[in-house]
Amino acid sequence: MKNIADILKEIRPEFDFTTSTDFMADGMLDSFDMVTLVAALDKTYGISISGVEIVPENFKNLKAIETLLGKYGVQL
Amino acid sequence: MNFTFRHKRISGILAIVPANERSFVEEMKNFNFPESRSLKLKEVMGYDKHRMVEPGVCVSDLAVFGLEHLFKNGLLQRDEIDALILVTQSPDYFMPPTSNVIQGRLGLKHDMLCMDIGQGCAGFVIGLMQAFLLLEQESIRKVVLINADVLSRKTSPKDRNSYPLVGDAASITVVERDAEDSVIHANLKMDGARNEALMIPAGGFRMPSTLATAMLEDVGDNNLRAKDHLRMDGSAVFNFVQVDVPPLIESLLAFAGVSMDAVDYFFCHQPNRFMLQKLADKMKIPHARMPMNVVEHFGNSSGVTIPIAITFNLASQLKTGYSRVCLSGFGVGLTWSSMLMRLGGLTFCELIDYP
Repeated sequence: MKNIADILKEIRPEFDFTTSTDFMADGMLDSFDMVTLVAALDKTYGISISGVEIVPENFKNLKAIETLLGKYGVQL
Repeated sequence: MNFTFRHKRISGILAIVPANERSFVEEMKNFNFPESRSLKLKEVMGYDKHRMVEPGVCVSDLAVFGLEHLFKNGLLQRDEIDALILVTQSPDYFMPPTSNVIQGRLGLKHDMLCMDIGQGCAGFVIGLMQAFLLLEQESIRKVVLINADVLSRKTSPKDRNSYPLVGDAASITVVERDAEDSVIHANLKMDGARNEALMIPAGGFRMPSTLATAMLEDVGDNNLRAKDHLRMDGSAVFNFVQVDVPPLIESLLAFAGVSMDAVDYFFCHQPNRFMLQKLADKMKIPHARMPMNVVEHFGNSSGVTIPIAITFNLASQLKTGYSRVCLSGFGVGLTWSSMLMRLGGLTFCELIDYP
């Protein structure tokens, strides 16, 4: 199964997401990329991330995304 | 705020969409984004085709064309119309009211009421509520509700936040008294403190249009937009829909004493497919009971997406049978509204092209 960094790389291949602690502040993800990312995470892990959790804080770095996925029972 | 209406019904719905169809793939070059990113977005949001008026076409043109269609086919008589309500964010003029313009162009009788309501994506439910209220008057037996917008004319072609999803359209809904003991429940909330989430900043009296307000500006995320253009704070609107709309619908069903499973269809306003999928998932509504195919075929035409969804998906079913439907509109204002009703036995339920 693809890991989060691989999924992010498919959306923005030009960036290395393992080095940033704030994807939005570093200009690596915008709000539309976040939507694309949510759709990819939903599909990859067979979940539906709640609309109320689609906020930048939950997608700002790999750790935040891992924590969010953990709420849906996804163990990485 | 809760409402109850008795002995009222919708007797016909006509949707009118411009024949001019544009495709997202053709328009991608207008946006300052790599094609691969735009294509991913297309997949997720459901951007594909959208209908847009040709330059110069106004709301009254779509409405007059639709009403003439109904007159010509014997589906509505001119003299039957006791009130004409137009809900729009894109009137022909500041003054006079566009509903009066429509009345005049069609040569309708003078003994009637014309009214413009400045509402957008919640405008179908709000227009129906106004129509039901007017039908309490003995002198008003048939109300024509028109929802119409041509907001593509106020959207920057270089704004990927708004342009791919915008669509132009009109709908004509005939509302009258119901001899049966029908009950319609509705509720509504508004929050003017968030009015800037969806707005056209310039062009009114607060900021009149000038050469400066017509200039495209870099508004971030590689989008170019003028102050004369529609501005949508996508994140704020998305959050608003996910947080505020589910409790409104749940509260309506509780007020009506109807379970979620007892509703055949949820016709929600359609900003984009992703937002609707998340809304349906949050309320645990199977996607098949919440049609989501309007944006990909026609674009988001504010208050007209619900009548388009009905005519596009359920036309034959609603002419012969009945369904219990929950309508919900949400958007500019901010305004969010919902309505529960038995819909069916329609004299007409059709979607036509404006040439």
